[in-house]
Amino acid sequence: MAAEQGNGGKDAGQGGKANPQEYLRIVDVRKEFDGFVAVDDTNLTIRKGEIFALLGGSGSGKSTLLRCLAGFEKPSSGKIYLDGQLLNDLPPYERPLNMMFQSYALFPHMTVEQNIAFGLKQDGLSKDAIRKRVEEMLALVQLGKLAKRKPHQLSGGQQQRVALARSLAKGPKLLLLDEPMGALDKKLRSQMQLELVSIIEKSGVTCVMVTHDQEEAMTMATRIALMDQGWIRQVGTPDEIYEQPTSRFAAEFIGSVNLIEGVVEEDEADYVTIRSPQLPDPIYIGHGISGFEGQEVGFAVRPEKLGIGKQEPEQPHNKAKGVIEDIAYFGSHSVYHVRLPSGYKFMANFANVQRWASEGLTWNDEVWVWWGDNDGVVLTS
Amino acid sequence: MNILRSLGKRLPGPRWGVISVPYVWLLLFFAIPFLIVLKISFAKLAIAMPPYTPILEYIDEALTLKLNLGNYTALFTDSQYIQAYLSSIKIAAISTFLALLVAYPIAYVIARLPPSSRNIAMMLVVLPSWTSFLIRVYAWIGILKNNGLLNNLLMKIGIIDEPLQILYTPLAAYIGIVYCYLPFMVLPLYTNLVKHDNRLLEAAYDLGAKPWKAFFTITLPLSKAGIIAGCMLVMIPAVGEFVIPELLGGPDTLMIGRVLWGEFFNNRDWPAASAVAIVMLILLLVPILIFNRVQQRELEGRLT
Amino acid sequence: MSRVGQRTVNWVVLGLGFAFLYVPVFILMVYSFNESRLATVWSGFSFKWYGELFRDEKMLRAAWISIKVAFWTASAAVVLGTMAALVMTRMRRFPGKTLFGALITAPLVMPEVIIGLSILLMFVSLGQFIGFKPGGILSIWIAHVTFTLAFVTVVVSSRLSELDKSLEEAAMDLGANRIKVFFLITLPIIAPALVSGWLLAFTLSLDDVVIASFVAGPSSTTLPIEVFSSVRRGLSPKINALATLMILVVSVAAFLGWWFMYREEKRRQRDVQLALQENG
Repeated sequence: MAAEQGNGGKDAGQGGKANPQEYLRIVDVRKEFDGFVAVDDTNLTIRKGEIFALLGGSGSGKSTLLRCLAGFEKPSSGKIYLDGQLLNDLPPYERPLNMMFQSYALFPHMTVEQNIAFGLKQDGLSKDAIRKRVEEMLALVQLGKLAKRKPHQLSGGQQQRVALARSLAKGPKLLLLDEPMGALDKKLRSQMQLELVSIIEKSGVTCVMVTHDQEEAMTMATRIALMDQGWIRQVGTPDEIYEQPTSRFAAEFIGSVNLIEGVVEEDEADYVTIRSPQLPDPIYIGHGISGFEGQEVGFAVRPEKLGIGKQEPEQPHNKAKGVIEDIAYFGSHSVYHVRLPSGYKFMANFANVQRWASEGLTWNDEVWVWWGDNDGVVLTS
Repeated sequence: MNILRSLGKRLPGPRWGVISVPYVWLLLFFAIPFLIVLKISFAKLAIAMPPYTPILEYIDEALTLKLNLGNYTALFTDSQYIQAYLSSIKIAAISTFLALLVAYPIAYVIARLPPSSRNIAMMLVVLPSWTSFLIRVYAWIGILKNNGLLNNLLMKIGIIDEPLQILYTPLAAYIGIVYCYLPFMVLPLYTNLVKHDNRLLEAAYDLGAKPWKAFFTITLPLSKAGIIAGCMLVMIPAVGEFVIPELLGGPDTLMIGRVLWGEFFNNRDWPAASAVAIVMLILLLVPILIFNRVQQRELEGRLT
Repeated sequence: MSRVGQRTVNWVVLGLGFAFLYVPVFILMVYSFNESRLATVWSGFSFKWYGELFRDEKMLRAAWISIKVAFWTASAAVVLGTMAALVMTRMRRFPGKTLFGALITAPLVMPEVIIGLSILLMFVSLGQFIGFKPGGILSIWIAHVTFTLAFVTVVVSSRLSELDKSLEEAAMDLGANRIKVFFLITLPIIAPALVSGWLLAFTLSLDDVVIASFVAGPSSTTLPIEVFSSVRRGLSPKINALATLMILVVSVAAFLGWWFMYREEKRRQRDVQLALQENG
């Protein structure tokens, strides 16, 4: 049941259809508040039909950027194009996009039906057309029976669905989500993440979402832009960002990581070694990097890439001996904190694949940790 | 729906309409009148309608501006006027202080009640002010008279032998002002106190502070904004009060509101009344500005 | 302080406070049924003062004028006060906003004698320029609107600043321009505050004696003016009767208002509970 990729009857404006690879273009957008730079010369290109996440902590500028897209903030400079149309001078009520708010912002004095119909009424559609469309939306989010209820008579999850239905009712070219899971409790979140994605894909709408929750971004988005203090630090698919972070910030923001600082010792075309005060032997990287001898770099390796055991592994490089200082038990896996003689603590994940497995590793055991030559990433920023 | 939409497109920005209507009204009927009062305060009393002389005249092809300062010199030289101003400030200040003493415990207790009881209690506090204030002042006449209820009761019990002279003295005015303005003092205090975090006090107790000490070092300072708002709300209008001192106070309850009234209604001396008003305004200017700033921030939704 | 000690203090304070507020009013009401003219000596139960009250033509006429003026004052004050509240809470700085803010807050504390005098002098000047005749009901209405609109602004602003901004943003996002947002979303939600404001302005207007004295002419005496001149002459049980009636009306209205709100709140809580139990 794909929603129309139109704009519900409003003027399409100049520009016409754009290249679907450049459906939403954010060009040199900058937003200042009284001297404080919230968004700093940002450029982004978003493809038609994708779910794009702006991920960052508070103060990263992600919400400000979203509000610029919606029209609630005016960029200090820069341009925003949606499907070829320049949005800058359009007030929010003339933009062919819709937003789902973090607090849902359901109109308390209107029923579910009336909430969903509100946007359609503003476009002057006929009563029949509105009724038909509202029914479609209710079916899409599976809330048909609750049409006559008022928002305070709904649970949090139901309210979210109404908010979603309301923002999709007009078949917008772009759907904006502001911390979509922010108001739900943890259990509901995981379930709703997948449902939300399913509904969005069914309707075929292009979506930009803002979140501080990396798990949410990784689960829901096709591509992520990592933001920090107004800057976009990295753009990529979830696995690109996870496995190939391009900065210490990116490596540390998503998931957990073992981050080691060192200096490039040998720089060859097919391998590189890095010497670090935190490890007894140099780190061996199985490929060349675009760095040079003597350069200070960071080395990141994810905990699940590490092997852990009491026996010394046979490989010549990339291993270290230490003592298990802490064990964090998560049920599905355990995280071992291994302290090396240098003081550095490795985090190594161990999946409890077998019941009562974990090889009898316990506190104060002497263990070896090891990783493959290409399991880590070298970071130059 | 369509009318609204076309209206939205045609007006030169609804924003300016919404701003200008109340703005013009207030300028015309609140601000400019003060200028007119100022102008007439420089006029002379005349047996005419209106009963004052014009200031700006065109005589013999000359535009003459006659500013009569007589009204103002009278104010500053006649001791009666000076006494009236001082007395007004004194009475207003004492009443405000008494009102604070009575209102604070009430506001404090209500703020600590559970939420459901709080609202009912506040409603009961505010309810009397919805009935006529004139009538509530009248009620005290019957109570405070020489052969009024209070005196009769006290004499019956045997506490006193002769009736206490309360009515027609400044004391009656104090009681009247506190009684009528009490809700205006309780409300801002309550709004402030109800926002206090109880855990601050609990932390203080935990660290060894006795209840009274905790009150003076934590609760009281935090409620400063409420105290100031309440005091301004009571004291400023109290300075210019007319009805209460007129009905409850006696000949020695000299208040500037009565003086103004007397000049206007009894002496028909509009210029003199205007001068009294201008000086009153100047006196109250600073407190009004303070109140203004605090209140504007409240209105805009920012917490003081 | 112990729990019990705390509660006793609570009861004592509240008891004394409410006694102070309500006993004088109660006494007033009791003596309206007093047979004797001496309002402080009880001589028997009687309705006669109520009878006298309803036979007093002047009072009745004044009461009717007061009610009319109060009604129109409240209605105009709500419109102007809401506009002013919108300006204060929703609009960014514009040249002249500080002056506007001052004009909106000053009437709250301005002594009534000053307001009364200044508006009358204004009317007289207007009379010289455009032939406006001060002293009629229109004059009283203008004066009352002027001083009550500040109070309405306070009530409505308080509600407006609590209102979740995202509701208005959501409406704009869905295609409504600012005017539509106000009438379709904001207004229905803040309606109770507007009702409060209306009632407040009504009461203030109905009760005003000082400003009306300056501004009203002999043909448009209001009820408070009549009551005031009667009271100055001395105690009169007729006034007690009038007072009792007013207090009864206000109390009944307040009780009804409270009862409706209480029922609404209970119903709302029930709905929320049901929704939580279903947990859809």
